[in-house]
Amino acid sequence: MKARALALRFGLVTGSGTDPRMRFGRAPLVLIGLSLGLALMSIVALSVGAVEIAPTRVIAILAHGLGLDLPWAFEPEQAAVLGAIRAPRILLAILVGAALAVSGAAMQGLFRNPLADPALLGVSAGAALAAVSVIVLGATLLSGLTRILGTATLPIAAFGGSLVATLLVHRLASRDGHTAVATLLLAGIAINAIAGAATGVLTFVADDNQLRTLTFWTMGSLGGATWSTVAVGAPLILAAIVLIPLHARALNAILLGESEARHLGFEPERVKTLLVILVALAVGTAVALSGIIGFIGLVVPHLLRLTIGPDHRWLLPGSALLGAILLLGADLIARTLVAPAELPIGIVTALLGGPFFLWLLASRRGRGF
Amino acid sequence: MFRHAMVTGALLFGLLGLADQPRAAEPQRIVSVGGALTEILFRLDVQDRLVGVDTTSQWPSEAEALPQVGYQRALAAEGLLSLSPDLVLATEAAGPPAVIEQIRATGVEVRIIHGDPSPEGLVEKIRAVAEAVGRPAAGAALAEEVAEKMRRVEARLGEVSDRPSVVFLLSAARGSPMAAGRDTAADAAIRLAAGLNPLAAEMVGYKPLNTESMIGAAPDVILLTDRTLEGLGGIEGVLALPGVSLTPAGRHRRIAAMDDLYLLGFGPRLPAAIADLAAELHPRLAPETRLGLGRMDPSR
Repeated sequence: MKARALALRFGLVTGSGTDPRMRFGRAPLVLIGLSLGLALMSIVALSVGAVEIAPTRVIAILAHGLGLDLPWAFEPEQAAVLGAIRAPRILLAILVGAALAVSGAAMQGLFRNPLADPALLGVSAGAALAAVSVIVLGATLLSGLTRILGTATLPIAAFGGSLVATLLVHRLASRDGHTAVATLLLAGIAINAIAGAATGVLTFVADDNQLRTLTFWTMGSLGGATWSTVAVGAPLILAAIVLIPLHARALNAILLGESEARHLGFEPERVKTLLVILVALAVGTAVALSGIIGFIGLVVPHLLRLTIGPDHRWLLPGSALLGAILLLGADLIARTLVAPAELPIGIVTALLGGPFFLWLLASRRGRGF
Repeated sequence: MFRHAMVTGALLFGLLGLADQPRAAEPQRIVSVGGALTEILFRLDVQDRLVGVDTTSQWPSEAEALPQVGYQRALAAEGLLSLSPDLVLATEAAGPPAVIEQIRATGVEVRIIHGDPSPEGLVEKIRAVAEAVGRPAAGAALAEEVAEKMRRVEARLGEVSDRPSVVFLLSAARGSPMAAGRDTAADAAIRLAAGLNPLAAEMVGYKPLNTESMIGAAPDVILLTDRTLEGLGGIEGVLALPGVSLTPAGRHRRIAAMDDLYLLGFGPRLPAAIADLAAELHPRLAPETRLGLGRMDPSR
């Protein structure tokens, strides 16, 4: 009976008494609010930075780019900073934030566990290891690979690394359609440790030039954003962000239990495989472009569940929006707080996310979803 | 604001005729990424054009008062550009590469100054920096002065017959100290000061110190940077490191420490730094090795 009510609420079956709260609930409003929030945050992020550009000038520069000349004068340097540095960086923050948050939400649904997070479970570390391997061994052992794939080698390798890590975690922690929290976390810790150790070995053999690139990977940074990196990453990440929410109803069904999902006409195994690949694609690309950034994938879906509940039809797109907003905000802090230098963004997300996570553990003890 | 400063600067400059060879557009706002480069700029007397430096630029002390662009390997494009530089001077260590690309994309000149850790490399660095800031004559004079001092140090050390073996230790932020192998500034400095790095044969770069190889290397002297010495808890801390007591250096308490930029930066103070190191390695030579260069080590 309870299952039937839940199934109704998640839009898995249609009944005569469809829950009116679903049609005029809080979730759509929250999503509209988040969309506006993202637009606002983008404008703020575009107008604030180490180089001062007044909002009117930002608008003038953007308009000029579109061929309109507005009465606000601006310096060519300002246009260059906005166009070559700030704009691609903001787009990258939106893409990576959305990718990490959607992946986190999808993994939490998939594992039916609120602790699942790409960074916590070693998915990011797997991607980073593959990327580091390409950086260090790209000229020697893997030269054939780099010759064939060219500039796409890094994101593709990172995708491969995250895919292997995700499959491993999944394989290790799943028993008859259930994932044990302890096993899940232990598998994540093990994979993080192994990937970390292998990365350590690679830094040991890396030369000075390669080390420079590696520092960037291990700390996470959006500072390397250029139009070409955004162009490489955007299609891959957007594909994942668009495709993952299509499985919202299947995730809702899995939430009820795998046998229930089967009764409702879903194929849990197929959905899982698809989602694992999509998550690996999103996380792998995100890591390839910006290194390891933690906590976004963990914190964002939680925050949303507290506000709009566990229905994935709202949770997944909502996570994408909130993830983008949070990472934009974190990056804004990272690039302005110690200007003209900047903080590694991983430090900022950990400072914001760490205490929040502790609070979450303290306040929601004993409750899963 | 920026344009205003540019115009005023250019006017003043033109009026006073300060340039040794006036050129169309000499950089007026320089960001220096690399301690040795900053030192060279000060020696060329263009420090008034410096608008920002990195964390390794700690000498002379005036450099530390300038805006900080952060760690040289983790630069921020926009932060750096907010100083409105017209020239960024950087060593090969500067990065990440994408950030260097971004800065170049906005039309700001980024000049990478090459120069391996050697007297020749130093002369090369001085000439390149001088050329970039439009002071070739001053650069040639400084290069000649440094080369001359270096020749005097080398000539004096040519008479040394014994070559004490020296292990150099460097502590990163955490963990055990790293030892210097070949292709490192430390190894080059030890060789210039007529010492021998026993780890150079089998090790490249800085690698975590292996206690047994250190005992096997049997160094006569253990050399560290001041900061590493401090981090390890002074001379006693170094002597307490595993294995040190089993080496000649440990037995005779021959632990030497020098400022890292002074010793490893391979900047204009190189001759004095090598003379200082030589005085530590060859105590009997000490009085004459100073060569009247004066003690320029800022750390003591």
